[in-house]
Amino acid sequence: MFGRFTDPTAEAFSALQHEPIVLYTVLTIMVLGILVFTVITLCGWWGTLWRNWITTVDHKRIGIMYVVLALVMLVRGFADALMMRLHQAMALGNESAGYLPPDHYDQIFTAHGVIMIFFMATPLLFGLFNYILPLQIGARDVAFPFLNNLGFWITFAGAVLINISLGVGNFGRVGWLAYPPLSELSGSPDTGVDYYLWSLQLSGIATTISAINFVATIIKMRVSGMTMMKLPVFCWTALVANVLILMIYPVLTVALALLIGDRYLGMHFFTNDGGGNPMVWINYVWIFGHPEVYVLVLPAFGILSEVVPTFSSKCLFGYTSMIWAILVILVLSFLVWAHHFFTMGGGISVNTFFSVATMVIAVPTGVKIFNWLFTMYKGRIRLEPPMLWCMGMIFTFVGGGLTGVMLSIAPADWQFHNSLFLVAHFHHTIIGGVVFAYLAGLVYWFPKAFGIKLNRALGIASFWCWFIGFYFSFFPLYILGLMGATRRLQHYIEPSWQPYFIIAMIGALIIALGILFTVLQLLLVVWYGIKHKGRLPVRENDPWGDTRTLEWSISSPPPPYNFAILPSVTTLDAYWHMKTEGTQCKPTRFSRIHMPSNTSAGFWVGILALILGFALVWHIWWLVAFSFIGVISVIILHSFIGDHCGYYLSAMEVQKTEDAFTAAYLKAGGKEI
Amino acid sequence: MNTSVRIETINEDHHDNGSTQVFGFWIYILQDLFLFATLFANFAVFSSTYDGGAAGKDFINLPFVMVETFLLLFSSISCGFAMVNLQTNNLQGTRLSLQITFILGLAFVGMEVYEFMHLIHQGVIPSVSTYWSAFFVLVATHGVHVIAGLIWMMCMFVHLSRYKLSRDNRIRMACLSLFWHFLDIVWIGVFTVVYLLGAL
Repeated sequence: MFGRFTDPTAEAFSALQHEPIVLYTVLTIMVLGILVFTVITLCGWWGTLWRNWITTVDHKRIGIMYVVLALVMLVRGFADALMMRLHQAMALGNESAGYLPPDHYDQIFTAHGVIMIFFMATPLLFGLFNYILPLQIGARDVAFPFLNNLGFWITFAGAVLINISLGVGNFGRVGWLAYPPLSELSGSPDTGVDYYLWSLQLSGIATTISAINFVATIIKMRVSGMTMMKLPVFCWTALVANVLILMIYPVLTVALALLIGDRYLGMHFFTNDGGGNPMVWINYVWIFGHPEVYVLVLPAFGILSEVVPTFSSKCLFGYTSMIWAILVILVLSFLVWAHHFFTMGGGISVNTFFSVATMVIAVPTGVKIFNWLFTMYKGRIRLEPPMLWCMGMIFTFVGGGLTGVMLSIAPADWQFHNSLFLVAHFHHTIIGGVVFAYLAGLVYWFPKAFGIKLNRALGIASFWCWFIGFYFSFFPLYILGLMGATRRLQHYIEPSWQPYFIIAMIGALIIALGILFTVLQLLLVVWYGIKHKGRLPVRENDPWGDTRTLEWSISSPPPPYNFAILPSVTTLDAYWHMKTEGTQCKPTRFSRIHMPSNTSAGFWVGILALILGFALVWHIWWLVAFSFIGVISVIILHSFIGDHCGYYLSAMEVQKTEDAFTAAYLKAGGKEI
Repeated sequence: MNTSVRIETINEDHHDNGSTQVFGFWIYILQDLFLFATLFANFAVFSSTYDGGAAGKDFINLPFVMVETFLLLFSSISCGFAMVNLQTNNLQGTRLSLQITFILGLAFVGMEVYEFMHLIHQGVIPSVSTYWSAFFVLVATHGVHVIAGLIWMMCMFVHLSRYKLSRDNRIRMACLSLFWHFLDIVWIGVFTVVYLLGAL
């Protein structure tokens, strides 16, 4: 009836009973949850929430929901990071040193990696894609608005499932890629790895759905005249990242499914007995995992290619070479996976091939760096927060890339393998490359979504805290790696390591300050929203000035239909061209606009998928059957009784909305057109 | 109006353009192909890992699988006829061809289930060795896809009787037939790699 809940080895509630940290965290989350629930109920916001957010198919609202999910997960993942740094700073001695027992510590580093990649970076990326892509290509929505909503709610289900493991049962103690045989039943008999497997399967389904949507959007929904070589670079990187997703996520899905087969059906893919081979798993996950790095970093390059020209008041240097560099990376990213395990014993020829391929990938990346530098060269650079993030990214990412080239030398890698040098390297590229760029994007496009900029002083403070904090937390790890410290150490016996771990902890605290400043920035905006009772006033379209792409040609926040009249594009940097030629149109004759209807099907599928995942983790088979049939039924019912016709916004309503924008535009000093 | 901005007639079917939906479905098929490619690679890696247990060729009954293959191939032909009938606006013909497709598909699934039951009855189960794990996962993944296709067809019958040959139904039929032909092609791969090569 209750599956593994009645099985004492699964230890359903042992963490709550024996780990005060877990107990207090769960209690805090519950209190916060009840508080939020009460506030929403008292203010009577459930209806608004349901109509405007939960059931919405508007890409802009879904984008905001993705970003909110990502920021919440960032706080969760960063709390894990702080705990680890704090623990390692104290962990000189034996197993009882520090404050985290090995079992708990192992769960934390696993959760940190999984959450940061799959439930922080990916949703943040999809939030930006959702909000910006359709606006940049002049579309009124994504190709499949319902799938967009569905994808978000399945991602949400995955994120909730992984967080349930905090209180009920355990999380894996296996590292973010769960190498077998440790992740097999023989090594991890309880629920930890099952939470890992099912939350990643959910996230994988959602990511695939969204990637199909984005590729179809970019290929089929571009406004007339926008040929592929007039597409903004961010859209290009989005296209390539989503094509990569479509090629690599099936591999992850299969790998996870095979491990599920091992754990649930007694199969022998990655076990030590029965003919299984753990190295096959390691190949699968890195065939997925390496291109995944590029899924995350290519859009980061795209963001830089939008922000740097804006704040240098110049067009992007080398647009064509940028596009080709992206495409070359698409191909090369599939040829380097084995550099993650040079120590496998693949032999000289295998290691040489992957070593050289890895070094070659530095070339197209270098092309991009030079393009940004040449864009800034002789430009009128304005050091607004987005530009600071970008310059920080260029500076830091080059360093991370260089240590990557060090790691790509196979003989040297035998020394670096699984050391803290590696940990420092990939944080160098992911924080320095991905996080800095995503934050640049967030700050840059924030006024488009909400009409006001984030507080500038707090933004600059946040940047410097992240920037300095990063160097303090990860350069000691490089040194420790060279001194022989391996990753994932619960304790160590070498006293000379401790000062470095303490410096790293101070660095993490500085980053925490940076996150705090970002939270303050957001709270200020929440206050602005409350002052206007949730109806944000329409503001000017181009708050940064010198912007170049179509999303800046419409009001901030944009109307639900985005473009009252679809623009026609003749050049790259379409909006820049409109401004210089003075051809922004002030349209008066509008037609009615077709809009898709809201639907609750995505939400119900998400909830049922969450129940399905939970039931599978705990082997509650009747609930598995019930929720699985539920998911299928909701989808089928949606095809029969769902509202596929949509509705029309009348020309009069469009006129009213556009008039409000024109007024704001003139008030901000815009020229009469 | 300057040359760079022209007022376009507003495309009212912005959201449900049929070609976009079929295109999206193609992308789905392509990513599904990557899923099968991984499973084929997986099977190839473990294609002789019997762990001292039962070998594949001792249990492969080629004539039986040949019948399965022809069932699926003929179902693809009838699915093609359903699309021809759709083009000529023949609702009855579309329905009839799709019904034949459904019956052939159902017979295929029935034979596969029988094959699996037969194997399990003889003690050849997924946990025997990596070879049999890979065998069951690859063949069953294809089978599950076929079952999904059959469920889709059942819904399609209701759609056809309710909305006849509406625009939405034409898009649905286009996607369904894509899906069905795709499964057929994958089965050719399964038949070749798992059964023909396995029987050697």
